[in-house]
Amino acid sequence: MAHLAHDDRESTEHRPQRNRVWGRIALLLAAITLVLALAAAAGARFGLLLLIGLALGATLEGLRFGFAGPWRAMILRRDPSGIFAQLLAIALVAAVAFPLLATHSGELIGAHAPIGFAMVGGAFVFGIAMQVVLGCGSGTLVNAGSGNPVALVALPFFAIGSFLGAAHLNWWTSLGTLPLATLEGGAGLGLTFAGLGLIAAFVWILADRHNRRLPRRLVIAALLVALLALGNLVVAGQPWGVVYGLGLWIAKGASAAGADLAANPFWGSAAHAERIAQSLLTDVTSLTNLGLIGGAFIVAAWRAGLSQPIPHLPALAWAATILAGLALGYSSRLAFGCNVGAFFSGISTGSLHGWVWFVAAFAGSIIGVRLRPLLQLEART
Amino acid sequence: MTLSRTHGVIALVVVIVALLVFDLSHSAPLDPFRAPALLALGSGQAASGAHCAAAPGS
Repeated sequence: MAHLAHDDRESTEHRPQRNRVWGRIALLLAAITLVLALAAAAGARFGLLLLIGLALGATLEGLRFGFAGPWRAMILRRDPSGIFAQLLAIALVAAVAFPLLATHSGELIGAHAPIGFAMVGGAFVFGIAMQVVLGCGSGTLVNAGSGNPVALVALPFFAIGSFLGAAHLNWWTSLGTLPLATLEGGAGLGLTFAGLGLIAAFVWILADRHNRRLPRRLVIAALLVALLALGNLVVAGQPWGVVYGLGLWIAKGASAAGADLAANPFWGSAAHAERIAQSLLTDVTSLTNLGLIGGAFIVAAWRAGLSQPIPHLPALAWAATILAGLALGYSSRLAFGCNVGAFFSGISTGSLHGWVWFVAAFAGSIIGVRLRPLLQLEART
Repeated sequence: MTLSRTHGVIALVVVIVALLVFDLSHSAPLDPFRAPALLALGSGQAASGAHCAAAPGS
């Protein structure tokens, strides 16, 4: 009898743990099923792109690799570890992407864009906004996937902003844009490494000497992010990007609702009209964006991290979140990408606009970090 | 009732599912037999996806 009672108690104690294991297995099976179903319905490439997005989301959330947070850590605490990880990942991608782009120029394209007034201004505003909501292009998607309420509110406005920014992109670029300038070949790769090394040295000098380190977690994250970004390039033929897909979601809705996008110089152009006519399930950035959300959700659910209560924020903070979301989307289109499409993919595939983006967005971030407490998104320090 | 992140994620999933249902009903049908090669690298096909870095007219 005593034996039975002991067994019952043990069984009851182990039940939540067993349920959690089954829950995790169900999560993984659901993700694999979605990837396979998409591959069967739309084509293997699209299933693989969703898988890459899921892996990116899981890596960013699971290993806490990001952009907005590390920049904030450097500005406020002079902690350079996250920036070192970003530079390492970019260098790793560049080391492979440069030769691939040189030898397969028809099949693969870089994230190449011109430098211009609107591009610089867009990156500056993006830097401010990403510190206000503490989420960049990839970060907002990952944070939304893990149930972060600020990201959940910012995301739809990010998409609307991206749609509007693209719609006005031709006008903004007409204000003044330099010819496209890119680094290519062995010399270009050497210059890219030298530039990344210079930034790393500069950050090292500015950093608090107690924080001058690169934790193993971030080394692993940088390796995985680089591997997955290269996977994106090899599978899709283009580098990892975020913001185009978000704008496309709104463009599809607007088009279906009767908006005449054919008259718009951006959305009405043949390439983008074709994307609007096709399913989002065949759009590269839409698939990796959905994967980022899904991958982050899997990790958050795996860790049972979805039970945290939603914090009570004042109306000013929510209004700021909405405006920052709009600014994130709009400005990233003018800047020819966000932290992913312009900074990460631009530099790693030789576009000079990626370097300018970094400087402008970091300057904006210094302001954004100061704005965040004023907008009551955190306790004042 | 205290709202948790679970509620936020449920709302997000509902929105994404609605977006995809809407998308599938307003787009050209999916056709795996006209899909591009698994890898762009080595396919001989020109890159055709849209990217945020692409300048207007490029």
